[in-house]
Amino acid sequence: MSEAQGPRIGEDEWVARSGENIERHRLLRLADRVPGWARLLLFVAAVAAIPLITDDGYINVVVFDTLIFCLLAIGLNVVVGWGGLLDLGYIAFFGVGAYTYAILSSEQFGLHVSSFAVLAISVVVGALLGLLVGLPSWRLSGDYLAIVTLFVYQIFISLATNGNDLFGFDLTGGVNGIANLDPFDLFGRELVVAKQGIFNSNYVYLALGIFVVVFVALYLVNHSRIGRAWRALREDELAAELMGMPTDWLKLLAFAFGAAVAALTGSLFASLKVGVFPETFSLTLLITVYAMLILGGVGSQTGAVLGAVVVYVFLEALRDPDVSGWVFYVTILLALLLVVRPRWMVAGVLAATVAFGFVVHAIAGAIDETWTTSAGPDADSVTRFLDAWVVIPATPGDARAIAYIGLIALVLFCTTVKGVWRWLALVPTLYLAAFVWENIMSADPDVTRFVLLGALLVSVMVIRPSGILGERRVEIV
Amino acid sequence: MATLLELKGVSMAFGGLTCVDALDMHVDEGEIVSVIGPNGAGKTTLFNLVTGVYEPTAGDIVFAGESIKGLTPHKITQRGIARTFQTLRLFLNMSVRENVMAAAYGHTKAGVFRSMLRTPGMRREEREIRALAEKRLAFFGERLMGYRWDQPAYSLSYANRRRLEIARATATNPRLLLLDEPAAGMNPKETQEITELISQLREEGGYTILVIEHDMHVVEGISDRVVALDHGVKIAEGTFEQVATSPRVVEAYLGTGAMERK
Repeated sequence: MSEAQGPRIGEDEWVARSGENIERHRLLRLADRVPGWARLLLFVAAVAAIPLITDDGYINVVVFDTLIFCLLAIGLNVVVGWGGLLDLGYIAFFGVGAYTYAILSSEQFGLHVSSFAVLAISVVVGALLGLLVGLPSWRLSGDYLAIVTLFVYQIFISLATNGNDLFGFDLTGGVNGIANLDPFDLFGRELVVAKQGIFNSNYVYLALGIFVVVFVALYLVNHSRIGRAWRALREDELAAELMGMPTDWLKLLAFAFGAAVAALTGSLFASLKVGVFPETFSLTLLITVYAMLILGGVGSQTGAVLGAVVVYVFLEALRDPDVSGWVFYVTILLALLLVVRPRWMVAGVLAATVAFGFVVHAIAGAIDETWTTSAGPDADSVTRFLDAWVVIPATPGDARAIAYIGLIALVLFCTTVKGVWRWLALVPTLYLAAFVWENIMSADPDVTRFVLLGALLVSVMVIRPSGILGERRVEIV
Repeated sequence: MATLLELKGVSMAFGGLTCVDALDMHVDEGEIVSVIGPNGAGKTTLFNLVTGVYEPTAGDIVFAGESIKGLTPHKITQRGIARTFQTLRLFLNMSVRENVMAAAYGHTKAGVFRSMLRTPGMRREEREIRALAEKRLAFFGERLMGYRWDQPAYSLSYANRRRLEIARATATNPRLLLLDEPAAGMNPKETQEITELISQLREEGGYTILVIEHDMHVVEGISDRVVALDHGVKIAEGTFEQVATSPRVVEAYLGTGAMERK
């Protein structure tokens, strides 16, 4: 474009194309082409159908808990995603809600308040506490705010654990918590938790109803001047303040919203459980909710729900060693497909790994027969293949620890070397991973599922740094 | 003309460093006043004092007959002072239109519950905010029109970001507009455009404008009055010619003895 012509307004190429690029990007994301209400309806229909399909108590409890996590994730999204405030005390509000239900609906004080009233009280108590805990955000931001809110969480845990003797007054039942909570009463009709061993699926519908109300309410707030102001606050606090937005009040409001949702969720959660105990509200729970939000995309409400569903269902599925094995091997395969270029090398690496495995297995078997096991004739083909391929010593002893350390060393080695050495190193690494899995990890699902969750998070973050549905954000341009 | 903004002996000291020293100045309704001075003269500090980012250590600031000293920045903005920033501070990950809509917060009312219930009043207000934002953006002609409204602010060029900052500031419905180096980083043609635009802002928007500018062509083109600062002290005030020929101003920019050597 020559100077003589002058700038042709509106025709600078990159800007003109950015819309087109966004559009193309959207074609890849089918989710974006479905209107929001339709997506919500689809989700509601899918969840509502589950209790109709199966009356399996375990599955229905998982659905209920998934909804609890969905609520926790969208509540956290208000504070962290929209307000941009790092709140590590979030689970404390969840706990406060649960204890509110326990105190008001059990024999602890002989109180049996109507459940919907308890939910309302929880929302108010949570919001007020949120306002209080949000106060440090006037002076602190980022990491400093995070540390202070983490202390708030610690205060909650200390209070809950030692609350059986608050100046001689038993508020929380201490370590033993409060047990024998009333079931939820739906306008005078008690939802008995289990009828003749069958889960009362009304709890799923109750949680679903509350979820829809909260989701829509938060959506509407986000699409108003308050939501815009929150986003402005997250982008640039000083500029927001100077453009007439009361940033201090907006921060408190974000905290109050997050806390109110968490407390409401806590009450709902407690209504299904036998009791409320301090250890339920662990840091692991906090980290899990954060993982859900980050995986789904911080700032995206739909993303938060998606993250909660993916993470919770993933974690529950991994309780079963048979399922977790599949997840492990399929994840490795997918990771190889995503990372290894050119793609045909994947076949090469896999073939080499299989061959390598049989050789190692044969050598190990020849040296000492107890180093390998063979599957019984009634085992399925996958199990038989694995037993003929992976070395599974009858008494592994130190070999397990050595293999674990060796695996970490090999993975690090793979990331440092380049070219043909990397391909060569990948083969024993994969085999060792299978060895570690079969000998250590599959035997201990409680640890393994979190290790695998970490792996899932890392892989998703590599592919989509801002989460599954998160918008790409630019910090400094 | 009535005085809109008046600074009475305003001082600002950070520890032992005095950035603005007993400054007296005023801006009349409908005036365009330029503030000039070398780097570090205290011009941006002056803006920060007026908008409430800093509270003056001495003196008083009066806007429209009332003291605004000690008010929080958002309160001052709601009273009718809006500014742009020398180093751009847009809400980069929000759309162009949303940037402007967000600035309407101070003079709109719908709260949390009305937003949740989507009351007719809230919806009407939301439509008004949108219309206001589009009107403010339309002020810049084709530069910030149409398809750009839904693009994120980070996709804009530098000059368009400066325009968007002005649009955002005007969406607070101010009486006094503070522009911090509106022509910085612009090419000659764009600078020319900005010069015309500032006059237009007064004529069409009815804003009183206080502007910091280094480009003397711009200052000459727009100013009713020029105030020169150096080391936080007002060294000259008057028309552009008076200030530009003031020995103290020449000295501040070029050093002592500059006049003699010439």
